[in-house]
Amino acid sequence: MGKRVLLIEDEPNIIEAIGFILSRDGWTIHTHQDGQTAMAKVLALPPDMIILDVMLPGRSGFDILRELRSNDVTKDIPVMMLTARGQEKDRELALRLGATHFMTKPFSNSEVRDYVRVMIGP
Amino acid sequence: MTTTRLTGTRIREKRLDLGLRQAAVAELVGISPSYLNLIEHNRRRIGGKLLSDLARALGVDKAFLADGADRDLLDQLRAAASLIGDKAEIARAEDLATRFPGWAGLITLQARRLAVMDERVRALTDRMAHDPFLATALHDVISAVTAIRSTAAILVSQEQIDADWQRRFHENIHADSLRLGKSSEALVAYLDAPDDASQSPETPMGQVDAFLAQNNYHLPALEDQTATPAKIVAQSGLTGAAAALLAGICQQYADDARKLPMDSFADASTQCDYDPARLAAHFGVDFATILRRLPCLPQGQGHPPMGLAVCDASGALLYFKPAPGFAMPLTGGACPLWPLFGALSRPSQPLRVEAALPGHAARHLLCYAIAVPAAVHHFDVPPVLRSYMLVLPDMTEGSSAPVPVGVSCRICPRPDCTSRREPAIVGLATAL
Repeated sequence: MGKRVLLIEDEPNIIEAIGFILSRDGWTIHTHQDGQTAMAKVLALPPDMIILDVMLPGRSGFDILRELRSNDVTKDIPVMMLTARGQEKDRELALRLGATHFMTKPFSNSEVRDYVRVMIGP
Repeated sequence: MTTTRLTGTRIREKRLDLGLRQAAVAELVGISPSYLNLIEHNRRRIGGKLLSDLARALGVDKAFLADGADRDLLDQLRAAASLIGDKAEIARAEDLATRFPGWAGLITLQARRLAVMDERVRALTDRMAHDPFLATALHDVISAVTAIRSTAAILVSQEQIDADWQRRFHENIHADSLRLGKSSEALVAYLDAPDDASQSPETPMGQVDAFLAQNNYHLPALEDQTATPAKIVAQSGLTGAAAALLAGICQQYADDARKLPMDSFADASTQCDYDPARLAAHFGVDFATILRRLPCLPQGQGHPPMGLAVCDASGALLYFKPAPGFAMPLTGGACPLWPLFGALSRPSQPLRVEAALPGHAARHLLCYAIAVPAAVHHFDVPPVLRSYMLVLPDMTEGSSAPVPVGVSCRICPRPDCTSRREPAIVGLATAL
């Protein structure tokens, strides 16, 4: 069974596409669509890596990232942020809050797959 | 009254502009050409009858020769110069305004237009960054594009994909393409919407200010109660935050007008020499009401011009009515020495302050200010303060020590001002 990747994203078709390509690459994909309850989902798993959207219903991805980094259980989990806003200040904020990587939508599938391999690959 | 050093220069320039010989002008005013030459080279200070005679001979106003260019124009020129730092010859602003008032007026007009455009750009940038509809619409578009791109990339890859997945991805692309179409149409419709007040890039304060200026800050329909504040707001065409701001101002105006009907208030104002304290005692109303009411006196009926500024506890302007010599930047950065701000530290205490603007022919302004709570008090909650300042130009009593004030630090030449927060533009000090 491959390492667990938790995809926190509210767009079902993006979830399906990313889920498909990462599953094919051997990872076990878990998904979650709500920002408010995302932290509970992380703690319940916890995953080997998180792909986290910035704009989520209920709670911002930045807020979730901040909490991830302040929790002993989750503080070291690699987090790749996804955002539709490619502004430099967003990138800086994500990295300052402790994101491992920052990716702007729309992204290429290979970009996502390669990065996951780098982060948690064998 | 003796004149300033530049008076001679102005006399000479005006004479040369008119193509008159020194001897001819000297003869007209009954002095020798050599004496006029000394005057023109600022080696003799003149005043009184001789200055009046020279003004008549040159066909100009005596004040023009004595004081030079219009002070307001000069202030605006210096403000315009601040746009390019220290590159403008600020020390020669008066020369420019005196010799080429038309060009000087054009410069100030352009500077004002630039300031308005800057404000619009700032507002548009802010709108692009914070408009919730725009943010949502763009998010929808990018999300749909991302889903389509990822899904299409899977379908065109060389990998084997079973039929169920293929069908599912085709359906997803179809659904996302429909969503993309709708999101794009909504976005285009939003961006193409004809300008109305709610879409205007001007700030709400700017929109309200423009409406009030158009009406000379006097609203007859509220005076005679033939319209409600809501009707005035509806007629203004303003919407959104500007409409809310105007509604508050109109409601206050209507309340004040009911308390102090214009006919009796105008008569009493004249009798009390526009003294707010006497008027407050006369009508038995609070000081702030009088400060708000006086600038509503209609223009052209012999009342002196009066300005009014209202701010909140942060110093942000909520209302501004200009008066000759009285200006404040609407977007902040005003001189902190105005009694408007001083009153905030002494709530409910009326202030009467004679203020002096910088410059050798600077105006003296009589200011009345008071800060009062604007809302009902609650326990352990700081009061919501409103500070009001009424300004009467040229009505001071010759106080020997008026409080020095300015417009803003950048165009203020006072080198030793302890309230300065940023340097003045270079060259200003020598220009005044």
